[in-house]
Amino acid sequence: MKDGRTGDGSGESALRNGDRDKTQERPAARTPARASSNRVSRRDFIGNVAKSAGVACLAAVALDQYIRTARATDAKALRPPGAIKEEEFLAACVRCGLCVRACPYDTLKLATMGEETALGTPYFVARDVPCFMCDDVPCAKACPTGALDREIPNIRHADMGIAVLVDHETCLNYKGMHCSICYRVCPIRDEAITLEKQTIRGRQMIIPTVHSSKCTGCGTCEKQCVLEEAAIRVLPRPLGQGKAGRNHAGRPVTGHGTLKRDL
Amino acid sequence: MGALKPYIERMTSDARSYAAARRGWLFAHRFWLIRRISQLAVLGIFLTGPWLGIWIARGNFASSEIVGVLPLADPFIFLQSLAAWHKPIALAVIGVAFISAFYFLVGGRAYCSWVCPVNVVTDTAYWLREKLGLTRDRKLDKRTRIWVMVAALLASALSGTIAWEFVNPVSLLQRGLIFGMGAGWGVIAAVFMLDLFVTRRGWCSHLCPVGAFYGLIGSKSVVRVSAINRSACTDCGACFKACPEPHVITPALKGAGTHLILSGDCTNCAACIDSCYIDVFQYGNRFAAKHDPSRFLIEPHGVPASQRRETAA
Ligand code: SF4
Ligand code: SF4
Ligand code: SF4
Ligand code: SF4
Ligand code: SF4
Repeated sequence: MKDGRTGDGSGESALRNGDRDKTQERPAARTPARASSNRVSRRDFIGNVAKSAGVACLAAVALDQYIRTARATDAKALRPPGAIKEEEFLAACVRCGLCVRACPYDTLKLATMGEETALGTPYFVARDVPCFMCDDVPCAKACPTGALDREIPNIRHADMGIAVLVDHETCLNYKGMHCSICYRVCPIRDEAITLEKQTIRGRQMIIPTVHSSKCTGCGTCEKQCVLEEAAIRVLPRPLGQGKAGRNHAGRPVTGHGTLKRDL
Repeated sequence: MGALKPYIERMTSDARSYAAARRGWLFAHRFWLIRRISQLAVLGIFLTGPWLGIWIARGNFASSEIVGVLPLADPFIFLQSLAAWHKPIALAVIGVAFISAFYFLVGGRAYCSWVCPVNVVTDTAYWLREKLGLTRDRKLDKRTRIWVMVAALLASALSGTIAWEFVNPVSLLQRGLIFGMGAGWGVIAAVFMLDLFVTRRGWCSHLCPVGAFYGLIGSKSVVRVSAINRSACTDCGACFKACPEPHVITPALKGAGTHLILSGDCTNCAACIDSCYIDVFQYGNRFAAKHDPSRFLIEPHGVPASQRRETAA
């Protein structure tokens, strides 16, 4: 807001000078005063350019700051399959919606004002319409900018996010039942999600367990979870996945915790 | 029709009413009508797909695919993407080349008057401002838009994003109309009110960096409006009132040099052509021959003999 006001001010003074040039210089052109008035207007001109450049810098910083705050919300949005890293995505995606049009299931949409991701960028809400994992990934192939990887070999390489069983207290399998819907609907069940026998508080249970290197984040499990609010949800990887560090010798610690795209 | 006439007259903008009274309403709005049809048609080819299943164009103005092959892409967005250090793919470069070449031909800001849907909003605000007699006009420098454009490119480099797209009302409106508006109407309403209450033609002629960018292309483009017949000018002032960037007319109409309107600010909207009752203006091109008055049989201060007719002034 503050720099906006500065902008108005300098713009106004520049125009006032401009007006003076227009209205007064024509008659003045025939008088000897011309040289000096010219020098003044040149000085004004340079001053105005400096002022405008300053305002432009201020505006640029303000816009940059606005973008940074706006981007804080991006962390929650699921991008189409094949999307490059979020930081690079916003430099590449022109928000054209060709991916949206290419999707036969109307999974994708462009964010409108106030929705959970950057204005106009494509995303999907798994609980509404998940990605149906088309083998040839038509959405990514339609992208004209490289924001989605057109060369993606097949949908198994997609990394829209990762499913996480976020609520152990409401998941029916954790209550000892055999719901397992999430497991049964997964397009790549037994790879991305398995049922693991566990003994919890002395009872045998089968717990849906997601495997991060295989899950594409399509969201079918979240969509189909029988609860009113899904107990299993797809989160973007940085939110949904931990990462093991390195041991004292600097070697990576074994186990899960590697981002899929780094594999 | 007869009963409607007084209403039509009252709705006609001051700038065009002079020509409308002398040459007819249609004469005074002929290019205006074609422009509005063009603006609708450009949106329309993106909407036949989702509405009727007839796919002519996919995507939106930022980047599109026409009849499944021809890629088109917005050059200003492309530039910001480069500033954000994105390495472009070949398809994007081809799309940008097509669009840039097109506007180099037809006039950069032809985008503004023949394509951009915000133009309809701001033209309407300007018309309403005049009809309501609103005169408040907070002065802004016309060059502000150049600095907004520079700021958008700087912010792209700083943030590593296509910065202007976070706020751009042009994208918001065209994308909204094609893909769904959501709460985006608020921004468009703000632009409308800026133009209506605060600054005369505030958005398009002072602030919009997209228009400024196309203006840069326009300053070198081929199709230009020409005041070819300027010796017939009667100083009625209609063209100045109708033009969204009146300063561009002065050198061509009143100057001694070229009769072409060469400023990139000119939107090639033909408001001057529409509003001039004695056909001073016409579309021409940058390479056109010199002013040739002998081609026009004009009485110095009146209507050309061939076009004089009985009209209720
Ligand atoms: S893979 Fe298929 S279902 Fe999933 S977003 Fe792309 S086009 Fe839509
Ligand atoms: S097709 Fe590519 S550039 Fe267009 S909206 Fe989708 S991700 Fe963005
Ligand atoms: S998101 Fe769920 S359904 Fe989709 S692959 Fe992962 S575990 Fe399977
Ligand atoms: S569908 Fe929902 S309730 Fe059923 S097992 Fe999966 S997460 Fe638990
Ligand atoms: S100046 Fe901007 S908003 Fe106005 S018509 Fe041109 S592109 Fe559209």
